[in-house]
Amino acid sequence: MRPSRAIDLSTGLFVLLGFAAILFLVTQITNREFSLRSETYRLQAQFDNVGGLKAGAPVSMAGVTIGRVESIGYDMNLFKAVVTLRIDANYDQIPNDSDASILTAGLLGGQYIGISPGGSDESFRDGDRVEFVQDAIVLENLISKYLFSQAGSRDSNAEAPATTE
Amino acid sequence: MSHSHPTADGAATPIADDPNLAVLTGVDYSIGGKEIFRGLDIGIRRGAVTAIMGPSGTGKTTLLRLITGQLRAAAGSVVVDGRDVASLDRRELYALRRKIGMLFQNGALLTDLDVFENVAFPLREHARLPERLVRNLVLTKLHAVGLRGAARLMPQQLSGGMARRVALARAIVMDPDILLYDEPFAGLDPISMGVVMRLIRSLNDALGISSVVVTHDVREISQIADASYILSDGRVVASGTPTELREHPSPIVHQFMEGLADGPVSFHYPAPDYRGQLLDRSEVA
Amino acid sequence: MTGLPGELIASLGGFLERLGAMTRFAGQVLWQSPAALLRPRLVVEQVYNSGALSLVIIMTCGLFVGMVLGLQGHDLLQRFGSEEALGTGAALSLLKELGPVVTALLFAGRAGTALASELGLMRATDQLSAMEVMAVDPMRRVVVPRFLGGVISMPLLTAVFIAVALFGVQLVGVQLLGVDQGQFWSQMRGAVELGDVAEGLIKGLVFGVACSLIAVFEGYNAQPTAEGVGRATTRTVVISAVVTLVLDYILTVLML
Repeated sequence: MRPSRAIDLSTGLFVLLGFAAILFLVTQITNREFSLRSETYRLQAQFDNVGGLKAGAPVSMAGVTIGRVESIGYDMNLFKAVVTLRIDANYDQIPNDSDASILTAGLLGGQYIGISPGGSDESFRDGDRVEFVQDAIVLENLISKYLFSQAGSRDSNAEAPATTE
Repeated sequence: MSHSHPTADGAATPIADDPNLAVLTGVDYSIGGKEIFRGLDIGIRRGAVTAIMGPSGTGKTTLLRLITGQLRAAAGSVVVDGRDVASLDRRELYALRRKIGMLFQNGALLTDLDVFENVAFPLREHARLPERLVRNLVLTKLHAVGLRGAARLMPQQLSGGMARRVALARAIVMDPDILLYDEPFAGLDPISMGVVMRLIRSLNDALGISSVVVTHDVREISQIADASYILSDGRVVASGTPTELREHPSPIVHQFMEGLADGPVSFHYPAPDYRGQLLDRSEVA
Repeated sequence: MTGLPGELIASLGGFLERLGAMTRFAGQVLWQSPAALLRPRLVVEQVYNSGALSLVIIMTCGLFVGMVLGLQGHDLLQRFGSEEALGTGAALSLLKELGPVVTALLFAGRAGTALASELGLMRATDQLSAMEVMAVDPMRRVVVPRFLGGVISMPLLTAVFIAVALFGVQLVGVQLLGVDQGQFWSQMRGAVELGDVAEGLIKGLVFGVACSLIAVFEGYNAQPTAEGVGRATTRTVVISAVVTLVLDYILTVLML
């Protein structure tokens, strides 16, 4: 049956095209590191306010993603948010006095954890807690800080308007 | 014509001795509230061409579907080849159908296959035969209906008569025991009609099968039928050889056989009084 | 009961009856699907029928959907000064919503109607009945391969649609409107997860199952007349569209 060979060929091409499209979508438009399949270790950080940070958000140093936020919980005794970070085992020489801040990526971007290196000779180990943290910036607090500082300087200093950026 | 029925338990008469290949006894069937058959008794004799005739709408096609088991009687029994059709499970039913060949009114060829593949269809579905054997079988059957040269045409390229002949070839390719014809003469020109008539008779005799022809072409079927039934109002009103039927006293049989415009089947659809309606001014169109 | 309430109840009853019939039919089709895979020739022919023949329309529409998305997205994001997010926005909306839904609607229109009318015609010309008499189960021979052909084709078509659409977005955004190419792709990569791609493909698969099932059901159960076949194809498109959008909502809720 001759026409069936043409059908087979066309179908084969179609299926190939379909899979190629799927492959393209999977590799070309998703994060390069699918998930940290390599070894990882955990760090913990406690925040007063995590803002809009979500589980799965990236953890980066100098802009390079080195891990992910694994989970966010709340400790009833400490009254703080406890964030568990999973760091790629390749990055095992982070000074253990580095600080973790909650930053925002761009104007519409999500929030992530940025780690600034400290100066200690010792590195973090699995299960360590990050001591130095910077909470998420909450807009209302910023505004009230500005207002209070404005009010304060007006009281103390009548002429020069305080400029707080 | 006397027909013998199988006894109540259906198995007493040995199959080989039973002169009837198929028997319908006291069959009732309705569809959508409309009664089609009421106490229908029909016997299909082995090796004979049996005609089922009657005015339009008497459910003649339904009868064929009862024989193949596609429809189930509400009451009564349909016994084919000694087995009660209603008692068969799906596998047995399909086994029975392989012994039945059916010619549909419009051929019912599969439109995406050519003539050869259409005839080969039952073979390919049911038997694992070497290709050469399939080819020979198909060509033989096509030759029997006179269409061996059309083997590579598509159904859309065939005339009505040719399509029906291909369908006939397909119906006999598995060497069935019984052939059912649903209005085989409908819409054919005289030549094609002659061809089909000849094929029905010769196939029946040459292949030793039994044929059931549902039709209302009285003249054509009378020339080839061994026995006939005339149905009306869901029951058999007459049966016998074509000669017996022509001399039958019943008025409806007479009207049917002679093709009279008026009689028990009235010419006029029920309507109010003619003069009264014409003079009635309150009914302005 | 006559009048409007009576009619509503009658149509509700009819709707429920049809729903029940379709569920039973779906059960039969799904039950016989594994067996039908033993005849790959039939399935391959149907993948060709539903998939390969739909490629042109899918790719064309994909391209234009992508280009429009590029234009609209750029215009919108420009108001916030975030044009570089075009890639991200387009990719995510295509993957999660536009891709599967538009592909399903196009599929219903092109392949669904073809399936319904083929089966309806077979029903009207007694081909299905003839198969039954020849002891061939029409479900297995004709219906299930068509169903499987549709189910296999839909996710593939969805992927092709999204890929071509992204190309369209890039064509308009980068080539035409001057969004930085590097930013376009890197922002996208940064925001799109494997889970998003999976979401789109899963939706494509589910829509494929639904639309194929509807098309095959309508065709198989069409009234054996010319109007019956016509009505079956119309119903296929309408019901497929509604069911797709309803399923879309349900799936989105489940997957978010």
